Amino acid sequence: MKKVLMGNHAASWGAKLSRVRMIAAYPITPQTHIVEELSEMCSDGRLDAKFLKVESEHSAMASVIASETTGVRSFTASSSNGLALMHEMLHWAAGARLPIVMVNVNRALAPGWNIWADQGDSLAQRDTGWIQIYVEDNQEVLDSVIQGYRIAEQVNLPVMVCYDAFFLSHTYEPVDIPDQESVDSWLPSFEPDNFLDPENPKAYYGLVMPDNYMEMRYRLQQAHEAAKRVVSEVGNSFGNHFGRPYDLVETIHCDDAETVLITSSSATSPARLVVDKLRDAGRKIGLLKMRVFRPFPTEIVQEILGNKKTAIVIDRNCSWGKGGIFADEIKGAINNLSNRPMVYSFIAGLGGRGITPDLIEDIVKQVENSESPATSSEWIGLKPFN
Amino acid sequence: MEPLNIYASRLVNKQEYFTPGHKACQGCAEALAVRLVAKALGPNTVVASATGCMEVVSSAYPHTSWGVPWIHVAFENAAAVASGVEAGFKALVRKGKIPDQKTTILGMGGDGATADIGFQALSGALERGHDFVYVCYDNEAYMNTGIQRSSSTPYGASTTTSPAGKVKPGQLTWKKNMAAIAVAHEIPYVATACASYPMDLIEKVEKAAAMEGPAYVHILSVCPTGWRIPTKKAIWIGRLAVETGVFPLFEVVNGRYKLSFDQELRPVKEYLKPQGRFRHLTDEMIDTIQKRTNSDFEKLRIKAGAKT
Repeated sequence: MKKVLMGNHAASWGAKLSRVRMIAAYPITPQTHIVEELSEMCSDGRLDAKFLKVESEHSAMASVIASETTGVRSFTASSSNGLALMHEMLHWAAGARLPIVMVNVNRALAPGWNIWADQGDSLAQRDTGWIQIYVEDNQEVLDSVIQGYRIAEQVNLPVMVCYDAFFLSHTYEPVDIPDQESVDSWLPSFEPDNFLDPENPKAYYGLVMPDNYMEMRYRLQQAHEAAKRVVSEVGNSFGNHFGRPYDLVETIHCDDAETVLITSSSATSPARLVVDKLRDAGRKIGLLKMRVFRPFPTEIVQEILGNKKTAIVIDRNCSWGKGGIFADEIKGAINNLSNRPMVYSFIAGLGGRGITPDLIEDIVKQVENSESPATSSEWIGLKPFN
Repeated sequence: MEPLNIYASRLVNKQEYFTPGHKACQGCAEALAVRLVAKALGPNTVVASATGCMEVVSSAYPHTSWGVPWIHVAFENAAAVASGVEAGFKALVRKGKIPDQKTTILGMGGDGATADIGFQALSGALERGHDFVYVCYDNEAYMNTGIQRSSSTPYGASTTTSPAGKVKPGQLTWKKNMAAIAVAHEIPYVATACASYPMDLIEKVEKAAAMEGPAYVHILSVCPTGWRIPTKKAIWIGRLAVETGVFPLFEVVNGRYKLSFDQELRPVKEYLKPQGRFRHLTDEMIDTIQKRTNSDFEKLRIKAGAKT
């Protein structure tokens, strides 16, 4: 069934079709439509789930950790300062190896108080142990939530589906909503081996001394390594079943490219236009869309960038004191290759400023006219300072 | 005929759900209270524990002292975790995955986890009306991290962050009244208890579990290490706390107060003097505490329907 949906409602549909049984959430702009739609679904009986309207994001994640430990598929959604408040619990969810799926609408952190698109909120959760998927359009929002549960429940890791505030969250696009039967036949029900059971009492998340902690953490890292394969397999299987395949990354015209433009989230869409235009003008340029950020797809990035001349990374985020985060991670991934491209790092679109085709074209021109990259990320689209 | 209180103790469940071998200090009356609560609730229980003494002493991997399912998710959210467990069980029952066997969900934390850092999560869970029991084991300071003051530390007590010195004589604020705050949420059951009165404690926890909706039980848990008393004196000090009126025992059923112990109060001095944390108190400060205790107890008696 095709419907015109805003990104947030695509997320709600993804959760509903995944038959989540427990939702706990706290409202924050621009996430609110997700939880409003899910509330309606619960109220009118279309979704048979408990919905806890908790008093904070911290408690939202805490209660989802608890319900997931009872063996119930659980969901939450947040954004920006709300996600930051969850931070401690994000570590807990991953350390507890719980296959929770959440949606984060990427919004700038304050101050200044800003409700618009910026990836700084979820990228600041990079080291919490969550799988992170950055999606480009509303169809991918819905599809990634459903895939999220299948990935999460295979590797026992939580999954965060991230998309840009307003550019996706509040923008309406046609979305193909699969039938419930079709999703049921592809996404198995959640049957964990361990859960809170008075018939078979076990203790969860207690004290661990130095003699065991490191082994547990090694397994967490191993799960992320395994998740790279699982994300690909699940994306491929999803394609076979629903006709829309996904992978860790997407490449456009990369095979014979000398220059590869690298983007994530909604900034990928204008980049597609620019690459097509420059291709038509005879330039050997390709596009690499980074869909999955954790686990970082190091091997694939090495394979794609290995013999290229130039990589241009556009980041809607900044690690203060370092620079664009995707650019930094890509540099790290290719560092040990003997043939590797020069990596140009650009920061654009913070706090909801547009990343337009013209802006991307300006970036490509600027790279073409330079000898080598600057030592730090270059900021694009700044207004003149006094 | 043997006295009733000796006979009554024989009726208590012999099974242990908080087992020996945990790592609590000698003389810990909090561990005793936990054991009694676990007995009162029985095997069909899930425990959501906050970080604190009772978490670290009972859970060192790969061991557990718990004979019932137990979950710990940090410090400030035992009530949120209990909410999630309750919602999860309801979802499982609705889905037909487990029978509706009225599992008791217990949220538990120390005074810091309840009155300070976990206050918001507790208020949220009480307001939402989850069917669960929350027990605060109040040892009147952050004992797990080394006796730092909390909002539940009593006036005058010396702790490592409210030390009695030349300028300041220990804690200068009065103990936060958590039971009254729980009552203000208009939940069906609130009670105070102390492990020095085990039958009273067990009865109250059983009542709390039988209620539909949230129930709150505040248990004074004597801490020999933090209160600077000999380990063998924990039960005696707990009784003095009640008999002097410093920690009155009462219950509030659907908003109606009832005193569990109402007789002539002993002077607070008898409670304060044996404790190292109060050793620096002047007669003047003891008098201040005496006046406040009398006045608080009188207010409580009026709430419980005593004639003025």
